[in-house]
Amino acid sequence: MAKTLAQKVWDAHIVRQAQGEPDLLYIDLHLLHEVTSPQAFDGLRLAGRPVRRPDLTIATEDHNVPTTPGPIVDPVSRTQIETLRKNCAEFGVRLHPLGDEEQGIVHVIGPQLGLTQPGMTVVCGDSHTSTHGAFGALAFGIGTSEVEHVLATQTLPLRPFKTMAVNVRGTLPEGVSAKDLILALITQIGTGGGQGYVIEYRGEAIEALSMESRMTICNMSIEAGARAGMIAPDETTFEYLRDKAHAPEDFEAAVAYWRTLPTDKDARFDTEVDIDARSLTPFVTWGTNPGQGAPLGASVPDPQSFDTDSARVAAQRALEYMGLQAGTPLRDISVDTVFLGSCTNGRIEDLRTAAQVLDGRKVAQGVRMMVVPGSVRVRLQAEAEGLDKVFTDAGADWRQAGCSMCLGMNPDTLQPGERAASTSNRNFEGRQGKGGRTHLVSPLVAAATAVVGRLASPADLV
Amino acid sequence: MDKFTTHTGTGIPLRRSNVDTDQIIPAVYLKRVTRSGFEDGLFAAWRSDPDFVLNDEAYANATILVAGPEFGTGSSREHAVWALQNYGFKVVISPRFADIFRGNSLKGGLLTVQLDTAVVEELWKAIEADPSTSITVDVVNRQVRFGDTTTEFELDDYTRWRLLEGLDDIGLTLRHGDSIDEFEKSRPSWAPRTIVA
Repeated sequence: MAKTLAQKVWDAHIVRQAQGEPDLLYIDLHLLHEVTSPQAFDGLRLAGRPVRRPDLTIATEDHNVPTTPGPIVDPVSRTQIETLRKNCAEFGVRLHPLGDEEQGIVHVIGPQLGLTQPGMTVVCGDSHTSTHGAFGALAFGIGTSEVEHVLATQTLPLRPFKTMAVNVRGTLPEGVSAKDLILALITQIGTGGGQGYVIEYRGEAIEALSMESRMTICNMSIEAGARAGMIAPDETTFEYLRDKAHAPEDFEAAVAYWRTLPTDKDARFDTEVDIDARSLTPFVTWGTNPGQGAPLGASVPDPQSFDTDSARVAAQRALEYMGLQAGTPLRDISVDTVFLGSCTNGRIEDLRTAAQVLDGRKVAQGVRMMVVPGSVRVRLQAEAEGLDKVFTDAGADWRQAGCSMCLGMNPDTLQPGERAASTSNRNFEGRQGKGGRTHLVSPLVAAATAVVGRLASPADLV
Repeated sequence: MDKFTTHTGTGIPLRRSNVDTDQIIPAVYLKRVTRSGFEDGLFAAWRSDPDFVLNDEAYANATILVAGPEFGTGSSREHAVWALQNYGFKVVISPRFADIFRGNSLKGGLLTVQLDTAVVEELWKAIEADPSTSITVDVVNRQVRFGDTTTEFELDDYTRWRLLEGLDDIGLTLRHGDSIDEFEKSRPSWAPRTIVA
């Protein structure tokens, strides 16, 4: 029978199938961090259970760490970090702590170590685990109860997902990036549009993307409500993996298997969505969920223009929270802060594209720009290329690796009423700090916005 | 996990859509390493507004949260489930839940019940008119009952059985340890390992 990529990966991991029960799926890679794991380790201790496969498990410190050098000042945060270290030592789990050369955001380090590979099942107690789907892996976020389940059994009981194809026709115009594409898609299908589905991104525009850009797209699948996002592995994927630390020794055998994974020609998806890449322009959000977005060239919408009561009320509330008036051109919105980083856009390519825009330019007076590499390796690479110098010469703040301002948990936060253009993934109320106002943007838009002081694209700088 | 058969209590109307898990519990509250004590962080930002429905004395003893669509979107933090439970909620009703939140809630014994938008509207009106309206959520018969209304909800047999018996998923899976052993023998030799012997 013809199968989709997602179905092939699913079927290859079924440990047990029984009538009326969820399938029991094997998990190839389990990523851990400090926030969603302590209660899971406690559960293991309480039941006297070991970690079944420490050799398929890896941990790092990312959510609750400062991005300035030096010790963790907040005692509660320090306890959380120390708890992870104790747990990893006790249960034999490999950990990359602060100060380690492989430390970084969990979804940045998995791929850069070569641990994320096509056809695998990957889980983590973090919804942005969907990032790893860029390699043709079935990767999704789980809760702490499931983290404990995977630690104890290396499996998860799961109900099959439905499949959705997102067909991206044509190629992306110059100056339009993967982030613009995914933001536009989420606005098109809504925050619940992908609910119950694994999305497979397909088409010419997707095939042309680098691994970094593919990761940006898969990363935000969850913002459309989808459990996972996937992209078929191809030469781009294989080349990315070839020289990575954990690339298969018998690389050609692995590649031969990976080539069997793409969706069969006559396979059927449960639903399909089309999007025309050629029609896209830089895209930003104006509201308080990632589905409230518009092209940069548009204006803040009138809440009355939406179809349903629920959407009208939500838009009205969002405008109040964001301090915006309907009809204001998006390009007229001034920002206080620009954040470049996160598991969505904290990779080397993201830093390179932003640095190109900032080279020889200055961050606007009164605007602070924070640049936070996704991992120590990304930071070292950027420094080797002199990107840190470009950022600091422009007046931006060059920082240590971590989740930083993406989630308002560590010391990097917005103040009440402060407005940010952010390359992260969520513009929820208070996401980047209580009362903070977030506009989600691409790295290109972030850099141009930093220079202009208002939402802008590089084209506005010429 | 405690058994969940039926729950009767009063409801509280949360007329908002897209209630994401950052609203249910902001990240700054996620630093604790326990499963308890998260009630302080529940809807922390919204609760600072005296007009927020959780601050309304009339709903002080409610155990059933009735919310708009797309409840629990965003972060996978199970702390959102713990915060709702720590606060005293037993059931959340919404026209639609985000997948991860739904999974987390049913694993932890917080019952999430999906009802049609029209029924949720009817329930909102009933509890706004009379906050003491008694609501019964019945897992045995998969029904929600209030006033003269009886409505059925979907819950797959397996999850229903786990809730009714209060069964721990890990214990159930470990019964199939042989199948896991067997599967592991068939994994490709080049599958990556984090710890290389």
